[in-house]
Amino acid sequence: MRPDVQEQVFSIIAREALRDPSELTPEMTLEELGLDSLGLVEVIFAIEETFDVSVPFNANEPSSAQFDISSVGAIVRAVEHLVTGASPSAAVA
Amino acid sequence: MRRVVISGAGTINALAEGVEATQAAMAQGRTGIGPLAFRDSERLSIRIGAQIHDFDATRRFSASQLALYDPFTQYALVAGEEAMAQAGLERAPDPARWGCIIGTAGGGHTTANNAYRAVFAEGKNRVHPFTVPKLMGNAAPSHLSIRFGLQGPSFAVATACASSNHAIGLAFQMVRSGMAEGMLAGGAEAMLNFGGLKAWEGLRVMSPDGCRPFSADRNGMVQGEGAGVFVIETLESAQARGALPLAEIAGFAMNSDASDVVMPSLDGAAAAIAGALDDAGMAPGEVGYINAHGTGTAANDRIETAAIRKTFGAAADNVPVSATKAMHGHCIGGTGAVELVACLMALRQGVIAPTINYATPDPDCDLDYVPNAARRAQVGAALSNAFAFGGLNAVLALRAI
Repeated sequence: MRPDVQEQVFSIIAREALRDPSELTPEMTLEELGLDSLGLVEVIFAIEETFDVSVPFNANEPSSAQFDISSVGAIVRAVEHLVTGASPSAAVA
Repeated sequence: MRRVVISGAGTINALAEGVEATQAAMAQGRTGIGPLAFRDSERLSIRIGAQIHDFDATRRFSASQLALYDPFTQYALVAGEEAMAQAGLERAPDPARWGCIIGTAGGGHTTANNAYRAVFAEGKNRVHPFTVPKLMGNAAPSHLSIRFGLQGPSFAVATACASSNHAIGLAFQMVRSGMAEGMLAGGAEAMLNFGGLKAWEGLRVMSPDGCRPFSADRNGMVQGEGAGVFVIETLESAQARGALPLAEIAGFAMNSDASDVVMPSLDGAAAAIAGALDDAGMAPGEVGYINAHGTGTAANDRIETAAIRKTFGAAADNVPVSATKAMHGHCIGGTGAVELVACLMALRQGVIAPTINYATPDPDCDLDYVPNAARRAQVGAALSNAFAFGGLNAVLALRAI
């Protein structure tokens, strides 16, 4: 993982989950962090604004392979791929 | 209590202008959903909607009227004129005792959108002087009241996707109780503009490729626009005038989930359905058609199915349920009124509108959704569900007459 991306994604998720970034680990799920569907949508918005990317996410298909939200680490990797311009389908490769 | 009927109906939506043409389109299972066409639509990530394309407002209204009529007001007036004509009324017969309630979520949204564009994006320092009276949510009921001389209670209600059902239900209660003699009621929405769609995109609940209610491959809602307006009066007054009652409004219930602002609640939805049946003195087995809220989102369709099962028990297996939003789109504040047109078709013509785009059964959605093709059936009673963002539910119960 790119440290700068990880740090910023951790910071975004932690802010939304009302935690300190130091409490987060890559293995944690959003559910464990107590984020509901609105919290998730806010995280995605913050990621888009921070990294100037467009996140392919539809709340009706949260587990769709386009953008992996299964864990904090998966989100970091998906954002890394978006930032480096890889295609969305490669985000979970 | 007084018996309350619908004696006139009018609509304009992406399927058609007029009740007859809309019902024909519904019976054929046509869709009004297609590519969106308006300024900056190429900058959207969601580019489909049920947009009204072939309506030329300049042929219907004068330039001075159009200076005051946002599209949502235009749609309400078009629908209101059709409804009044069908009821055989040129003006309110007893002005002080007739009023108007229109549901709308965005009001004059297009007017606001254009005005913001002018001052924010184009750097202009003034907007049209009628911007406020054009964008206000009560513009539609106000202009209907002016057009038809309705001097009784008139107002707008804003309960997102349930606005129309709240408006019609309140009008029903006012006529039933004697507070009003007759009402124009329904809903109108015209939010298909760049700012409106951008806001909806952000919520991540829109489908990029189509509305497929109750189908396992559904992936969100598709927005529409339009209006439905109905003349609501007592059975006695309709008969005295020689007007043909189209259906009886037999019951209405509204409640609030008081929980999540976007996730629907099984208990709230089920209580609203049960409340409407109770208000109408209607047994579940009597209901021959339910027009579902059926938005095509993962959450609504699963929870609405469970709510119908909870309320209807064993009778749930025998009641046809369809979601007509796959045809006319989700007209938000106007949607319940457009959907009432499908209920009237079932009650009057014995034709149940289909749920089109149904492809794959979902184990969590296991009712009879009248998939893909309309069905002939004798329908003596129907329900129309509406469950709004904000957790506000409103269900109408109707009987054939």
